[in-house]
Amino acid sequence: MDNQNKFHDNLIVSTSPHIVTDADTTKLMGTVLLSLVPAFVAAVYVFGARAILLSAVCLISSVGFEWLYNQLAHKRQTVGDLSAAVTGLLISFNVPSTLPIWMAILGCFVAIVIVKQLYGGIGKNFVNPAITARIFLFISFASQMSTWPLPRMAESADAVTGPTPLGILKTGTVTDIPSNMNMFLGFIGGSMGEVSALALLIGGLFLIWKKVISPIIPAAFIGTVFVIALIYYGVTGGDYSAIHMAIFHVCAGGVMLGAFFMATDYVTSPKLPLGQLIFGIGCGVITMAIRLWGSYPEGVSFSILLMNIIAPLINRLTFKMYCGGGKNEK
Amino acid sequence: MSQGKHLPSILVRHNKNTAGRETEVMPIPDVVKICMSQSIGAPCKPLVQKGDYVKVGQKIGDVDAFVSAPVHSSVSGTVREIVDVRSSMGGSETQVVIESDKKQEVSEEVKVPHVEDLAGFVKAVRDSGMVGLGGASFPTHIKLNPKNLDECHTLIVNGAECEPFITADNRMMVEQGQDILDGMQLIMNYLELDKGYIGVEENKPDAIENLNRLIEQGGLKNIEVFVLQSRYPKGAERVLVYEVTGQVMDAGVLPAQLGVILDNVTTVAELGRFFRTGMPLVRKRVTVDGDAVAEPKNVFAPIGTQISDIISFCGGYKAEPKKIVMGGPMMGRATHSDSSPTLKNTGSLLAFAKDSAEVKEETGCINCGRCHQACPFKLVPQIYAEAYARKDVERLQKFKVMQCMECGSCSYVCPVRRPLSFTNKLAKGMVKEAMKK
Repeated sequence: MDNQNKFHDNLIVSTSPHIVTDADTTKLMGTVLLSLVPAFVAAVYVFGARAILLSAVCLISSVGFEWLYNQLAHKRQTVGDLSAAVTGLLISFNVPSTLPIWMAILGCFVAIVIVKQLYGGIGKNFVNPAITARIFLFISFASQMSTWPLPRMAESADAVTGPTPLGILKTGTVTDIPSNMNMFLGFIGGSMGEVSALALLIGGLFLIWKKVISPIIPAAFIGTVFVIALIYYGVTGGDYSAIHMAIFHVCAGGVMLGAFFMATDYVTSPKLPLGQLIFGIGCGVITMAIRLWGSYPEGVSFSILLMNIIAPLINRLTFKMYCGGGKNEK
Repeated sequence: MSQGKHLPSILVRHNKNTAGRETEVMPIPDVVKICMSQSIGAPCKPLVQKGDYVKVGQKIGDVDAFVSAPVHSSVSGTVREIVDVRSSMGGSETQVVIESDKKQEVSEEVKVPHVEDLAGFVKAVRDSGMVGLGGASFPTHIKLNPKNLDECHTLIVNGAECEPFITADNRMMVEQGQDILDGMQLIMNYLELDKGYIGVEENKPDAIENLNRLIEQGGLKNIEVFVLQSRYPKGAERVLVYEVTGQVMDAGVLPAQLGVILDNVTTVAELGRFFRTGMPLVRKRVTVDGDAVAEPKNVFAPIGTQISDIISFCGGYKAEPKKIVMGGPMMGRATHSDSSPTLKNTGSLLAFAKDSAEVKEETGCINCGRCHQACPFKLVPQIYAEAYARKDVERLQKFKVMQCMECGSCSYVCPVRRPLSFTNKLAKGMVKEAMKK
């Protein structure tokens, strides 16, 4: 029993807690990448091999830019946290599959270097890099960014591009919009990763199930779009029923992609349930305002960008102490 | 099903590996080191000298201060030396080192207390050396003597044991349930409390069942088991009071101000045992666990036993220990050496090998808000960390940093491993410092 000389005298003395959760940034971002797989498969199915090329280019150039920036700026290397990979993949999802490669690379540069790294890297950017890159590309290269390839099942000998469903709604004949089933499955024109509501829904529910994101922002966002469309078409009438148009608006454009994958970005969305609710509703309202009364056919990216900017204010409004705690404080 | 109102909480891996094993009594060690500061109050002065022969239960340290509790010898034997050593908190503390003769002769001072009124009860509790055994080490006789006694109506006994790994309280409720009920009845009788609750997390069905059976057998209509969610930190004092009574308890408020007397389940059981046997607090059930320990189990160890002796009794180390935690993994304190002795409040010893001991590297905050969502009081550790770095006391106060109880939930959930709980503690220190000026 006498082990006087065998004491362990150089133990680690650190502050509590001495255990931590398994979750880390790499795991969280890895889960997000995994949840984007269904939408990626849908994109390849609908738009063909170009979708694979474009995704690979965006993913590799985003990670590459972050690696290069950290190398040049002598910062700790952060590409291992996979956040750049998520941003890259999301950028490719937000552009037409026919976008010239050099434009996609430029978009990744804007997202990673200008929006993210120049502000201090992960966690410090005040707007979502992928959304900002999309808006940058959209404004800079308006024609390439609104030349929409038709889905493979709708291509014909004389037409390989055409307007998106929202484009038809804005400028064309309402009765030309695709059926809601095609909208839901994604056999429509649009940005590469946003077309299939079904695939995005699967990925989004997976993220909620894995507790990576809270359901509040997506539910509030999608719910608001649905309700506003319902009221608008209920009042104005039209060729389709209000409920038909409400479903159309939820499946159209970037609502599903934006609500589940872009608006829920930790860095740029509010932290508390109440704030998330306000944020989601705000996104829905701005989206529908642009779609119904603006000059653009689609407003999801602008809505998220604008709500990103006021997220700190929402946070400030919604911080609260439990049940009036602290009133007895000395 | 759990009862009560709920504050935010987190799910932690429970790791209650030792819950099903009966407590084993370890042999008396060759040496015990009895620390003179075992309560949150004033340190005791040694009452013995080098070379003195002491017996089990003999008072060997006491001090004349309001917040203090005496300490007793846990073995019979000879005082080898009285030394000042570096404490785990960085200061210095006095230890009485006793070489045991293994005879465990009981001191003549040990006799069953005769108590007739509250004053006598409180005095007897002080004589037992009892302190809060949940970890806080607040002298129990002060807790049981509140200024506003006539406003107190409820006794809450804390058997939540929400910290991972630890099962000592669980085993107490399974093996010594009657001691708990005896202790509760004593307290409720002398303090004239109407209602008693034992808060237990629902992951301890055997403890709940045993207590319910004993309550029924004893026909104790005013005592009730209160089943809590198995989440962390349901056993924190302020959380438990809220869950059971629905009353908000801010930092700096005593439970008695809300009409509640709150004690740890082991404290109450040890009181029950003391009033039956007269033996003060000299032996403690300790959970030994962690991935460096060969045979995790609960051990009855004399207070003052060196950690290395207890771990030897548990089959020794199966891997090189890199960190040893006294107390739970969420709020316990890491000690620098396994030659440190156990204290009255040591409920567990966790020895971790390299992989689980090393502090993980901190990476950039991703602003996910999990720290904020995890906080039972909805505090904002992220803001505190920023304000602390800027020395912005005003902002720290505005966002109520002083309400933090350092439960560690924020640090636990942080995906980038920020030591948020620690910065909260530092920030609280900064505010206290500023208030003094």
